[in-house]
Amino acid sequence: MYTFFLSKIEVGSHLYFNITDSLHLHAETVIVSSIVVLIVSLILFLGTRNLEKVPSGFQNFLEVIYELVKSIAFTQLGPSYYSQFLPFIASIFLFVLGSNWAGALIPWKVLEIPSGELAAPTNDINTTASLAILTSISYFFAGLKIKGIGYFKRYIKPAIFFLPLNIVEDFTKPLSLNFRLFGNVVADELTVTVICSLVPLIIPLPIMMLGLFASSLQALIFATLAAAYIGEVIE
Amino acid sequence: MVDSLISAASVIAAAVAVGFAGLGPGIGQGNAAGQAVEGIARQPEAEGKIRGTLLLSLAFMESLTIYGLVVALSVLFANPFINL
Repeated sequence: MYTFFLSKIEVGSHLYFNITDSLHLHAETVIVSSIVVLIVSLILFLGTRNLEKVPSGFQNFLEVIYELVKSIAFTQLGPSYYSQFLPFIASIFLFVLGSNWAGALIPWKVLEIPSGELAAPTNDINTTASLAILTSISYFFAGLKIKGIGYFKRYIKPAIFFLPLNIVEDFTKPLSLNFRLFGNVVADELTVTVICSLVPLIIPLPIMMLGLFASSLQALIFATLAAAYIGEVIE
Repeated sequence: MVDSLISAASVIAAAVAVGFAGLGPGIGQGNAAGQAVEGIARQPEAEGKIRGTLLLSLAFMESLTIYGLVVALSVLFANPFINL
């Protein structure tokens, strides 16, 4: 099919890592997300290497992040359970924030790769899908661990005929998490690309700032929702 | 012939998807922002809390639009009905 694009936006091919004939990885997503994981863990490691009673500088910054993540978990999960799920929620928050910002802040265009281009790993639907599925698994796990077999009572609340709705909800939760993050990141990048192709100088900057703000908000929302789903199950 | 018909229909479908997906959340966001401004006018000391909640709920409403956008993008760029 011949398609015509006014600006040079194309849904191109990825750079593939072929493992077997049928199994292949999207290389740019793997590369960028490993870089993000490295950067985030390096920051966390350097900031907490020698902890002091009176924090200063870098440790202060990390404590602000910790307070933020803790408040997300605390408000959704309550005082008795939040500490168990804090690591999961914090790592989801930091990974999503890191990968959203990595796509905008690091000049990937400088690096040429054979096909495809390096960008935020969250603009690949596989990344967001895996995050969403991890969230599902963790709330199943939380329910089964804390409530035991009584977890399944949740499906016939408030009445027995809510059973199909409750089952469908288990599928729509990860789906909506997935599409929300993916769509927002792709929409940001598309907006910036379109405006860059119209006016390449200065004009895109406010849109990029808006994109940075929106993507940090998306990280917050993803973490909040993950915490809320877990909290809904164990309450 | 069938392919081009599907392409034409897809373009219209994408436009309708984005358009209608923008409609509802637009109204909702307007309502929410209006109520938040009212709340701030009544209680200026609660501004920080109201702003945080407003931003969070605006982002939730925004995601509804984004669903429409995802459908539109998939219909435009990754149409499952072409090249059957």
